[in-house]
Amino acid sequence: MNLQVPVTAPLFKPGDMVRIPLVWPEQKGPCHIRTPAYIRGHSAQIICHFGAFPNPEELAFGKPAQLIHLYHVAVSLSDLWDDDAKQDASLLIEIYEHWLEKLSP
Amino acid sequence: MSDHQHDHDHDHHFPTPESYGLLDRLVNTLVRKGIVSMTELEQTRVETEKGNPQHGAKMVVKAWLDPDYKNLLLRDGVAAAEAIGHSMVGAPPLGVLENTPEIHHMIVCTLCSCYPRKLLGYPPDWYKSSAYRARAVRNPRSLLDEWGIKLQPQTEIRVVDSTADYRWMVLPMRPSGTENLSEEELVKLVTRDCLVGAGLPDSKVD
Amino acid sequence: MSKKYKNPIAAGHHDLGGSQDFDNAKVNLDDESIDFEDFGARVDALRLVLGAKKIMSVDELRRGVEAIPREEYFQTQYYERWLRSMIYILLEKGLIEAKDIA
Repeated sequence: MNLQVPVTAPLFKPGDMVRIPLVWPEQKGPCHIRTPAYIRGHSAQIICHFGAFPNPEELAFGKPAQLIHLYHVAVSLSDLWDDDAKQDASLLIEIYEHWLEKLSP
Repeated sequence: MSDHQHDHDHDHHFPTPESYGLLDRLVNTLVRKGIVSMTELEQTRVETEKGNPQHGAKMVVKAWLDPDYKNLLLRDGVAAAEAIGHSMVGAPPLGVLENTPEIHHMIVCTLCSCYPRKLLGYPPDWYKSSAYRARAVRNPRSLLDEWGIKLQPQTEIRVVDSTADYRWMVLPMRPSGTENLSEEELVKLVTRDCLVGAGLPDSKVD
Repeated sequence: MSKKYKNPIAAGHHDLGGSQDFDNAKVNLDDESIDFEDFGARVDALRLVLGAKKIMSVDELRRGVEAIPREEYFQTQYYERWLRSMIYILLEKGLIEAKDIA
């Protein structure tokens, strides 16, 4: 694990509403992304901050990996899948900070 | 509807014959080049196979019986495993999520098959299956129904997708009617599937 | 189905969350295939040793698995995918040559 830049303070705190952008780095060339397609373009709520971990997108290519803040975010399955029948279920998923944008309150 | 459905709505359970030879040739090559040794491979395997669902079951039962241990388990799964004498050297962080009457957790890794291997051993086939990885985040209740698992009406299902550095385990609720069971008997109630949310501990030892 | 359901062109075929290709596939909790000749255990031990020696990370292993073409991905057993990935990554790093394992 090589650190390129010392990690800065986390951008988000529990309770913040965030959005995972609808972007497709896969279309630009070989990559390794740990943000599943099904969550992209959706809003979620920050549940907790785990600390900072080396970016798997860089580790996957043997590159020096920057530390990126990692969060647990939550979204209801009804919001995710837009079904007519509401599911009494939710999702918790680990997302790295560079895949999160703050939603205006 | 994808035209791939017929081809791959079931997974392949066995490697092709060619793959066995390929593995042998790869290992022999790496040993010949001094990149790995047979001793290292064998010792690593011995170490790996110390992982067992029993460790997870013991930790769950200890948490049922000891509130301080429960706090440790929920705060730092790796420390909780080490506290019962199971080495977690080299393992990723272990997160433990508590089931309550309001929430039932189900663990999945949609992108591959991340699982707390150091603690629990090899993941089961069903957990690694394409069907589970696809369906768990889409309609978890359909899976619980299929498995005959009945939750209370007020219980929300919380699916946990292991996409990053943590590995996840469930702390199931202690079943009622188990007040007179010994610690050993309680451990037998907590199966491997309970530890990832695909089962509920029975209330009786078989 | 979500209007923002994954773009089938852009998502990797390993990215299975929510894929509707498996709606009719049961998940059998009793599925437990025999690991003939300890194939899976040996593949797993190899990837751990390579990881411990910092030769190949778990992230590189995953990238290699994701690089398996779609048809082959769904026609290979789980540890077979890992074996293919390890070969791909080791070839890429020049630590082995194709003739070594032919």
